[in-house]
Amino acid sequence: MVSLAEARRIADGVPDPELPVLTLGELGVVREVNELADGRFEVVITPTYSGCPALSAIRDDLVHALPGASVRTVLSPPWSTDWITEEGREKLREHGIAPPRRTGAVDLPLSVRCPRCGSPDTELVSRFSSTACKALHRCRACLEPFDHVKEI
Amino acid sequence: MIDALEIGDDCLVLSQRLCQWVTRAPTLEEDVALANLALDLLGQARLLLSRAGDEDDLAYLREPAQFRNCLLVEQPNGDFAHTIVRHLLYSDFLFDLYDRHPGDDVAAKGVKEIAYHRDYARLWILRLGLGTDESHRRTTAALEALWPFTGELSQPSPFVLDVLREASLAVPDVAQREGGRRGEHTEHLAPLLAELQVLHRAHPGARW
Repeated sequence: MVSLAEARRIADGVPDPELPVLTLGELGVVREVNELADGRFEVVITPTYSGCPALSAIRDDLVHALPGASVRTVLSPPWSTDWITEEGREKLREHGIAPPRRTGAVDLPLSVRCPRCGSPDTELVSRFSSTACKALHRCRACLEPFDHVKEI
Repeated sequence: MIDALEIGDDCLVLSQRLCQWVTRAPTLEEDVALANLALDLLGQARLLLSRAGDEDDLAYLREPAQFRNCLLVEQPNGDFAHTIVRHLLYSDFLFDLYDRHPGDDVAAKGVKEIAYHRDYARLWILRLGLGTDESHRRTTAALEALWPFTGELSQPSPFVLDVLREASLAVPDVAQREGGRRGEHTEHLAPLLAELQVLHRAHPGARW
């Protein structure tokens, strides 16, 4: 019999289908895990973007990880990149994806650092990239293109 | 309160229009960008239409006259300037609408996405307006063709007027048209819906 704490750990540990270096917990997509009256678990998730095509895969992966669990989607409060954990940000960087900056606090448009060479001398190529949550940048120092999880 | 059918239809129709650019956009980056805009709108359409009823029945089984989208979003893609002008005008409307409804969960989520849409359109309008004689001419033509559909949305906002001033583009002086909210559409909606609905109508309940 899986305890509620274990169920939370299992749900948090499921990899994100689009950014498999991150878990759903690190991404901030798993909001709650509850034990229902009949003893089954309910996982509450929130989509990163309204049109996130990974949502049905996430739902399937969670049910696979926690057999019998139900998955409920909530929109409010809306997901923010601020919910990506420190560990998650580090993993993104290690995998060549620039992590998002904190929203709100910064007035100056600080440049996005290159996740490969660390140079701040980078340019935006396109605000939209391979998935809804990323923008495409290029490093002027090492000349490599890279993805950046854009702040939302 | 946000009218789930009207705004859901707007998002669905504009999403379908934008999808018609996929593999045909001027550059790979713009192809990806336009597909991303379409995806955001499709997500919002699904959330809103699910609120109004069964999303599949509403999207696939209604006739053109039953759609409540505004006339602006059904206008053809035209050239790239037309698509960008249409997106500036519609994202301006949708951003303001969502922004006025912070207690609505679709709006609270959507406003963050549409902020990127509006900004994307703004940056392109500046480049097109201040670019070459050709880009300025085409953007002016797009504004004149699409401006008649802004009245139905009670827009544009000062944001759009500022963008146009900054881009050296004139505000057109043209008569206004409306009727989409009553189901009186332009001739462009029916072919778009035919393309959207053909698979589901031929094979009801088909799944990938």
